Order: sequence, then C-alpha cells, then structure tokens
Amino acid sequence: MKNRQRVLQLTFSYIVILAMIAIILYPILWIVGSSFNPGNSLSGSSIIPKDATLKHYKELFDPAQSDYLIWYWNTIKICVLTMLLSVALVCMTAYSFSRFRFVGRKNGLMTFLILQMIPNFAALIAIYALANLTGLLDTHLALILVYTGGAIPMNTYLMKGYLDTIPKELDESARMDGAGNLRIFWQIVMPLAKPMIAVICLFTFITPFTDFILARILLRSEDKFTLAVGLYEMIADQFGNEFTLFAAGSVLIAVPISLLFLSLQKYFVSGLTAGGTKG
Amino acid sequence: MGERQQKINDEEQKKRQPKHQKKKKTQTTTNHRKIALGLSILPGFGQFYNKQIFKGSAFLILMASFFIAFSDLLQFGFWGLVTLGTDPNYDHSIVLLVEGILTLIVTILGLGVYAFNLRDAFKVGKQRDLNEEPNSIRQQYQNLVGGGFPYLMMTPGFLLLVFVVIFPILFVILLSFTNYDLYHSPPANLVDWVGFQNFIDIFNIPIWRETFFSVLAWTVIWTFGATTLQIALGIFLAVLMNQKGIIFQKTIRTIFILPWAVPAFVSILVFAGMFNETFGTINRDILAVFGLGDIPWLTNPTYTKIALIMIQTWLGFPFIFAMVTGVLQSIPNELYEAADVDGASIFQKFRSITLPLVLYATAPIMITQYTFNFNNFNVIFLFNGGGPAVPEQNAGGTDILISWIYNLTMTSAQYGKAAAITMILSLIVITVALWQFRRTKSFQEEDMM
Repeated sequence: MKNRQRVLQLTFSYIVILAMIAIILYPILWIVGSSFNPGNSLSGSSIIPKDATLKHYKELFDPAQSDYLIWYWNTIKICVLTMLLSVALVCMTAYSFSRFRFVGRKNGLMTFLILQMIPNFAALIAIYALANLTGLLDTHLALILVYTGGAIPMNTYLMKGYLDTIPKELDESARMDGAGNLRIFWQIVMPLAKPMIAVICLFTFITPFTDFILARILLRSEDKFTLAVGLYEMIADQFGNEFTLFAAGSVLIAVPISLLFLSLQKYFVSGLTAGGTKG
Repeated sequence: MGERQQKINDEEQKKRQPKHQKKKKTQTTTNHRKIALGLSILPGFGQFYNKQIFKGSAFLILMASFFIAFSDLLQFGFWGLVTLGTDPNYDHSIVLLVEGILTLIVTILGLGVYAFNLRDAFKVGKQRDLNEEPNSIRQQYQNLVGGGFPYLMMTPGFLLLVFVVIFPILFVILLSFTNYDLYHSPPANLVDWVGFQNFIDIFNIPIWRETFFSVLAWTVIWTFGATTLQIALGIFLAVLMNQKGIIFQKTIRTIFILPWAVPAFVSILVFAGMFNETFGTINRDILAVFGLGDIPWLTNPTYTKIALIMIQTWLGFPFIFAMVTGVLQSIPNELYEAADVDGASIFQKFRSITLPLVLYATAPIMITQYTFNFNNFNVIFLFNGGGPAVPEQNAGGTDILISWIYNLTMTSAQYGKAAAITMILSLIVITVALWQFRRTKSFQEEDMM
C-alpha cells in the first residue's frame, strides 16, 4: 500500500518535471533552430532545419551588414562603466551610513528606503525632458548617470546591511593603531566586504544590460543603441522579415549571459534575499 | 586624532545629560545663547560674538558668496517658476520650470547652511552660559574633519541622486499641475499652471475616465494573476524537486533556473515571435496538432492577456524556485518524521509544515514580486506594445499604467496627463512599500535606522 502510493507519487513528479522541461526548453530550442534557418523569414521552416547554415551569424559579425557588434560594444561599455561608478559611490555612501552617526542620517536612510521602491523610469517624462534640455539626449553618458543614480538607493541599503555585520571593534583597534577614516575604509572594511561587493557588481552590471525602457527613451541614433533596443528595432521594423537574423542575435546574447548567470547564481539568490527588493 | 575627537564627543554626550538637569535648578546668570542666536540672523555675527572669528568669517563669506553667485538665479528662478514665462517669443516654459526646480534645490541647500549657522551660534552660546570654553580653532578643525567625513564620503553619491533621481521626481510632480501637451508646448507656445485640472480631467472626461479605470483594472488583475501564478509554480516545483528519490536533481534544477538566466528582453521578444499569428510556432506547430491553428494571440485583447500572464509565469517562477529551494533545505527533517509518526498525509504535511515556514521566511520578497510586476514595463511593451488597440479608449488593450504613461509621453505628447498618472502610480507603490516595510523586522530594529 505504502509502496504503491510512493510509486504513484514519483510517477506524477516525473510527469510534471518532464512537462516543465519541455515548456522551458521548447522556446530555447525553437530560437536556436530558427537562427540556423537559411531563409530570412520563418515561413515554411521546421524547428530542426534541414539545411542548417551559419550565414546569419556571419552577417551579424560583418560590420558592413549590421550594427550588431557596435550594439554589443555599447552595451558592454555602458554596463562596465555603470558598474564601476555605482560600486564606488555605493561603498562610500553605505560606509558613511553604517559607521557614523550624523545629523540627517535617519532621514537619509528613510529617503533611500522610499526611493528604492519607485522604479527610476517612473519619472521617464522628466528624464526625457531633462536630457533634451541639457543636450544629453542620445548620449551614453546620460544613460550611465541615470542607471547609476537608480542603482544607488537599493544597493546602498544592501551594502549597509552587510557592513553592519562587520564588527566595529576592528575599526576601533585600527584607530588605536593610528589609522585614519580613509585608511580604515580602504584597508579594513572594504576587503572584508568583498562578497557583497561581488553581489553589487553583478546587480549593477546586469540591470543596465537587461534594461529596455531608459535606453529606448534616451538613445535615438542606431549606432548608439544597446542590445535591448537594437534587437527590438530589428524585429519591430521588419514584421518578421528578418526573424532568423534576430534569432541569431538573441542566441549570441543569451548564451554568454546565461553561462555567467548560472556560474554566479548563488550570489544572485543571496543578494536578492538579503535585499528583498527587486526580482 | 580621530580617536581622541571621538572620545571628546563621547564625554560631551555623557556630560550633557546631567548638565541639563542642573541648569533647570540653578538659572544661569548670562544669556549668551539668545544674544548669539539673535546676532546670527546676520550669518557669522553670532560666532563673532562668541569670539570665534575664524568660524564667523567662514559663515559670513559662505552666505555672502551664496547670495552673490545665485542672486540672479534666485530672482529669475522664482519668477519663472511662478509664471512659467509670459512671452512665447522669449520664454521657454520648460526651461523656466527646470531652472525653477534648480532654484528651489539651491534655496533649500542655502537654508540648510543658514539653519546650521543659527544652531551653531546657539550651541556655542549655551556652552558659554555654562561657563565652558568655546572650542579653539584647532578643535574646530578636528571637529570638521571628524564630523565632516561621512558628509564628504556621501557627497558624490548624494549629488548624483539629487540630479538624476530627485530632480526628475520633483519635475514630474510639478509637471502634473501644468497643461504641458502637444498644443501647449514650447518654443511656439507657453505652458501654464492649471492646478488639479489634470487629475480632475482624468476622472471627469469620459474617455480618460474609462481608459484609466480599464487600465487600472487590468494592471491589478495582471499584478495579482501573474505574480501569484509564478509564486505558486515556484513553490510547487521546489517542493517537488525536494523529494527524495528524484534522479538528476542537480541537472533538473539547473534547467529550471534557465528562464531566469536568459535576459528577459530576449525571451520576451522570442515569445512575441512564437505567438505571432502568421509564422509563430504556437499556432502553427503546437496548437495545429489539436486542430486549433488560428488563435488571435496578438489581435484579441483577451488572448493577449492570457499569453502575457503565461509568459510572465515562465519568466518569473525560477527566482521563487531558487529561493524556496534554499529555504526548504534548511527545514529540519525531524518535523516531517514527527508528522509521519502521527500519520499525516502529504498534503497535510505541506499545508502545516512546509508552506508556513516558506512563507514566513520569504514573505517580504514575495511582496516585492508584486510591486515589480505592477511596474513590469518590459514584458507588456516588448510582447505586443500594449496592444491590440481597443476602440473608445486611448490606451492599448493590454497596457498597464506604466506602459500607458510611456505611450502618453512618447507618442501622444500628453506630458501633463502622463505626469498626473505617474503621481497616482507612485502613490500606490509607495503606500504598498511603506505598509510592507513597517511589518519587516529590520525596520523596527533601532540600530538599522
């Protein structure tokens, strides 16, 4: 009796698991299959193309035929610069919040708490109008600044929470030995905060990478696009006439990012659980 | 140096408490604090009175240069903010609005320094009343370096925050009280203050009212439907995978994480292709098998909504899955063994042990999933642009508030109305967020704040 129930339970589990695997892998296989499809559109193709070809990938890598490589470079550039700038600012701000008691601290923390709840693209009218007025429309600088500003509240909270767990006695003893504030920050606290710095690096790199709306608002000319905007334009303009090219482009984005993600997945989970903010 | 300064601060704080009480009993004979405070109405003079020449001149120079540097901006900025320009040939209302906000920020900073000046004079005056020596220049310098360090560290981040986050928010708030749209748009025309007209219009003009409420209704259904489904699926699969006797556990878990690993914008665009009515694989390959080859996924709002909720479930469950898996592994086995002894069924065990523990550990994050989907622009816009179009309203059939705001701004140039809707949206999000954070433990811990 007990045994039969157990077999039934396992059989049911495996059916669900197999169904889920099919649902998850089908879109992925379909897009990979499409990318090897010789035609430009998908009409008359099957999921495993009979005469598979790499020509769409070659087309993407040919600067004369597509801006894809430029978009890739733009995206990497924006992500790395945003990451570096954010991490520097976040560490400095979080250190102040964690280690000092100063006038305005409580109000500052409260402001950060509320700001992290409003997505910064909610003010997209303002961002657009301001960029337009300051001449920063269609520049990567505007995008980097907006991403960094948007990253500060949430990540500062995350970092401050971590720094609070590093014992203050370490600071005190360093101070006894004559270390100044900057030295304590740089040589004592920051090296101990490395795990959280890694998490914040990851977040501030991936957020601009996957953002669509701000890049779409701020970037106008095709050679300035990021991958998200470029890929969207590719499929939106042509009504599916360049779908196979789009498919190849998608695969080239999804593969490296997925590998990066899977290898660092435990940082994501721990960071998101600690911050409890965005998903 | 820093250590000594901190010690001084500590001692000061310890002293202050009893001093306070003593003062109440024996009235001080001198009244330096009030005189110093009064003189400080002219910045610096209170400090001169307290014989702190250096500090006083610093305040005086700071405030004087503030007025000299910003006198034009102060006059012109407030004029522009109030009138938004009078002559469309010369005045650009939006530039004036931006300058106005800048003036506001500068004024607040100035008032901050001024208040600090008053406070400082009063504090030092009080020290003198209590017959303490005012700090020497050396001590003042140490105070500045020690006490100023956190401010110094925060300045770059704070300034950036002011200009790219707080500035836009102020701009949107002010914009929602103007008539800025296609017909009132510089340089040809002026923008005017209209008070609450935008908010009144949204609730009074039939087309706006109907659009607003139908968009809001869908936003709510979308938020609850998609989020609840992704959470339920995530928990279900995590529990399923946590059973003993499942083979290839690690590989299967990795596969379940995959939808999270692929950047969302790529997956959504791929889904848009899959659901495409002419070449999409859903109609052509999968549903054709069942004889249902022509479902209008992208042209019928109801089908688009169903597709969107399914896609978001696909995109969102892996995060819940990964998180709940972590929680499950920390639940002690004894609980289940005890339940087995009592003869509990699987469902009883799940309902009374697993679910409460999981929800307790992850509730705050679950709630943020709801706020995230409430503003999930990417999936709505990339899948079908908020479409298909619906008659008798100015938003698409699957537009949620945030994507409707985007369309009002970028395609129909209804800036004022869009700003008003943004205000309503932010109000909803902030209310939910504050409600949530009042409940979390970290908010109540004293040291946290």
